[in-house]
Amino acid sequence: MQAEADAAPLAVAPAGSDPRLHAILDTVLDPEIPALSVTDLGIVRFARQTASGQVQVGVSPTYSGCPATQIIKSSIAAALHLAGFSDVAVIEVLAPPWTSDWITANGRRKLRAYGIAPPAESVATPRRLLQTALDVACPRCASTATDRLSEFGSTPCKALYRCTNCLEPFDYFKCI
Amino acid sequence: MTELAGTIIAVGSDAPAGPRFRYVLRLADTSLILAQRLGEWSGKAPALEEELGLANTALDLLGQARLFLNYAAELEGRGRTEDELAFLREQSAYLNFALVEQPNGDFAQTIARQFLIDTFLLELYEALQHSADARLAEIAAKAVKEARYHARYSAGWLIRLGDGTDESHMRSQRALDTMWPFVRELFDADELDAQMVNAKIAPPLDAIERLWSVRIDEVLRQAMLKRPATAPFKWYGKRGEHGEHLGYLLADLQYMQRAYPGASW
Repeated sequence: MQAEADAAPLAVAPAGSDPRLHAILDTVLDPEIPALSVTDLGIVRFARQTASGQVQVGVSPTYSGCPATQIIKSSIAAALHLAGFSDVAVIEVLAPPWTSDWITANGRRKLRAYGIAPPAESVATPRRLLQTALDVACPRCASTATDRLSEFGSTPCKALYRCTNCLEPFDYFKCI
Repeated sequence: MTELAGTIIAVGSDAPAGPRFRYVLRLADTSLILAQRLGEWSGKAPALEEELGLANTALDLLGQARLFLNYAAELEGRGRTEDELAFLREQSAYLNFALVEQPNGDFAQTIARQFLIDTFLLELYEALQHSADARLAEIAAKAVKEARYHARYSAGWLIRLGDGTDESHMRSQRALDTMWPFVRELFDADELDAQMVNAKIAPPLDAIERLWSVRIDEVLRQAMLKRPATAPFKWYGKRGEHGEHLGYLLADLQYMQRAYPGASW
């Protein structure tokens, strides 16, 4: 079940991306979940260099009020400066809105290895999300005998769960 | 002091900005004021999980308020920033629904208020995604995802409280009865609402009310709570008519900018 989810084509390849720039962005980590890069998270919408040499990176916020958004923008600019690009513009892209479906298969594996259960549902049927969440598998022992402790967790993107099999608590990446 | 007084006068004259500005401000202020109210629970919520829940909901709402305020500032075109709009208006220039300025009361009252407004915002943002105003449609598409999560949380708690102990049932019914009169305003279309509907910027409120009612009734049934009778009472926060509660909230919200004009960090 988990392997199938990882194999699903969840990530949307950002249009017009330059592979050189992408390689640099792969090294920029999310400040709150440092197991993931901004590309794993699926928030980079494009990365390109204009004729005049300016590097433009489009970034979507995960949550409207997420305080990490500003840090992420500065980290992207800093990484590109370090790589020798002096003229960098980080552009916020609101539409279409970011969804947890855009976390890459690699990102989902990294999340689980870090102890965070990746989103268990797609947001393709949004009204479904008003119902009780589906089974969430424990990132440690893969048991689905888990309980939700709290709809909200330590950051806007996470909820708190516990596993009744291995008895460990764990974070769950919310579906949005 | 002179400088502060000058600041207030300069940004306090809200009169003739366009209808679209005022409509966006209604959405912005509803999110902003509700975020501030929910933030009041920080440090004293009934349990750590609910502390996180209310504060995270407040954070989402604050993020949405910023998206709306930035757009409102652009529409107004008088050089005001999102911060000036948030912190330096007089009470009557805030256009939030009166529902969201109501005091937190006990946890049941906060949850009843949240359930009524979350369900409204959920249906409103679903519809606003198709607005003729492309920017509003973009903001709504972002906000609706968070609204869905909020609506699930507040409905979940209302059901737990209503279908809980005698005490929690009694308190949640009382909370619902107390908050109910303020829902009239959400659906009572005024001239500005009509203008927005005509311009295909906003959905007709009677359509939103039908969708809202279906979900409200379904959750109330599960919560074993009675839907209160429609109250004749009307209050128009969306036209700047507020009760005394908002003044105290704004005193907290605006304190820093009033005491130290232009302070930033």
